[in-house]
Amino acid sequence: MANTTTAPHDDPALVAAFEARIAAGESIEPKDWMPERYRRQLTRMMSQHAHSEIVGMLPEGNWITRAPSLRRKLSLIAKVQDEAGHGLYIYCGTETLGVDRHELVNQLLDGKAKYSSIFNYPTLSFSDVGVIGWLVDGAAIVNQTILAKTSYGPYARAMIRICKEENFHKRQGFELCAHLAKGTPAQQAMVQESLNRFWWPSLMMFGPSDTDSPNSGELLRWKVKRKTNDELRQRFVNLTVPQVQALGLTLPDPDLTFDEATGNWTFGAIDWDEFQQVISGNGPCNHERLAARRKAHNDGEWVRAAATAYAAKRASASTEAA
Amino acid sequence: MTRPSVAGDRTSGAANPLVDYLLRIADDRLVLGHRLSEWCGHGPILEEDIALSNMALDLIGAASALLALAGTVEGKGRDADALAFFRDETAYRNALLVEQPNGDFAVTIVRQFLFDAYSVLQLDALSRCGHADLAAIAAKSLKEDKYHLRHSSDWMLKLGDGTPESHARTQRALDTLWRYTDELFVPDAVDHATAALGVSIDLDAIRAQWHQLVADVVGRATLTLPASTVRATGGRSGRHTEHLGHMLAEMQIVARSHPGATW
Repeated sequence: MANTTTAPHDDPALVAAFEARIAAGESIEPKDWMPERYRRQLTRMMSQHAHSEIVGMLPEGNWITRAPSLRRKLSLIAKVQDEAGHGLYIYCGTETLGVDRHELVNQLLDGKAKYSSIFNYPTLSFSDVGVIGWLVDGAAIVNQTILAKTSYGPYARAMIRICKEENFHKRQGFELCAHLAKGTPAQQAMVQESLNRFWWPSLMMFGPSDTDSPNSGELLRWKVKRKTNDELRQRFVNLTVPQVQALGLTLPDPDLTFDEATGNWTFGAIDWDEFQQVISGNGPCNHERLAARRKAHNDGEWVRAAATAYAAKRASASTEAA
Repeated sequence: MTRPSVAGDRTSGAANPLVDYLLRIADDRLVLGHRLSEWCGHGPILEEDIALSNMALDLIGAASALLALAGTVEGKGRDADALAFFRDETAYRNALLVEQPNGDFAVTIVRQFLFDAYSVLQLDALSRCGHADLAAIAAKSLKEDKYHLRHSSDWMLKLGDGTPESHARTQRALDTLWRYTDELFVPDAVDHATAALGVSIDLDAIRAQWHQLVADVVGRATLTLPASTVRATGGRSGRHTEHLGHMLAEMQIVARSHPGATW
């Protein structure tokens, strides 16, 4: 299949040397030779990651103006701002692969690029902010802790830095959920309802099952990915179930049981039809998320044009002065 | 038969003028910070999402400290959250300028620039005032607001001297918002009363410095200072534009839907 082999112009000797470096656990740096497929796969993964950070600002940003205390308001603004910073950082990372940020942004706005399916779900109560921090950032950490060992150096280093902040977000989210779980009956009901809505979409964040993941084989061989989607998903469930129990909350899965033999929490069937709907653009908020990004982009066009024109005037003024 | 008197106070300010004074400084920052936070995720470039959020964090952070201080001085058991989320719009004391809606990016930048220029002068003076806690908060915020002023001044230049479209939008924003600037410099009974407590700033002097600072940037941005002398005032005594009520309705909805709850 065309998408699982190296591009024809890659010299087999170079590919062999590259794969030997990967096998030896070496990190690949921007100026190193790399197969075109490796470059493309990384560009795809990193740009999806960056897009996810940017689109991910919207569901939580939805509650900034309604956060019910000054402390929560400040921490929510700071969190969404961190996501903007992560997006910027990873977009810069993709530039080391020779891809322009504007080109990637255009792919997002044209609906051609993917981003994490979770952000196509609406945030309907303030406790969603807590549950997203806890589960969504928690799931991202499980993914990204492994990605911090990815073979491409700039991405690995970005992940180390980003994971530190995501850990903070996760603790903040969990702390909010813990507070609500001990709060008034209305607050307890609110956080349980959020958890019910976000549990299954959170599990879908790890992507399709291993039997149905088109890119996984090559990515694992090149150590871009270090664990399979299902391995990471199981790790997340195992980490999260005891936390849910500690808060006295429940998960919307009647099939959830602890398997003594494997030490795993086995869980019920994921609705892959829903997942396919969401990643193909038909989730509850796909339209709204892209519309919001397009509106920001279009409304900002004249601002960016002004900044460019001003910079050009300054540059020509300093040339004339020189 | 004697009728009950309907003649009340001409103003209905707080009993303690220092509380009113602190609320003015706090509310300016809470309301403006909230407005800036509305941009988060919707900015014209990613770097501006980050910058506007940063300024929102600084302003709301300063407001939190000032509201807490106002609550302590008031001595009625109201903390910063009670003052932020359980006061109605007529009890808010912010200037009209900061409650104006974000509009396009030019409106946001002009509003920010006009406020920042005032804020750095106000905070500089307050950092030397006779109330130690207020002086300390002012000194900390001053450092932050100097960055805000640099940022908003830079954008005034970029927008004013950018393209014909950005120039026109920025001039329009300046013309629209100019009417709200006078209010920042008009002393009233609260200013006079707090002066007796060692908390006062020379608003006339600040007005002159502000005008010079604003005129300089506006000139370099190839914009024109509005000649209009139309003035809109009332924020300091709780007579706001209609915009504030909508902003507060959104800001306070969750807190007020759960009376007695903590977050």
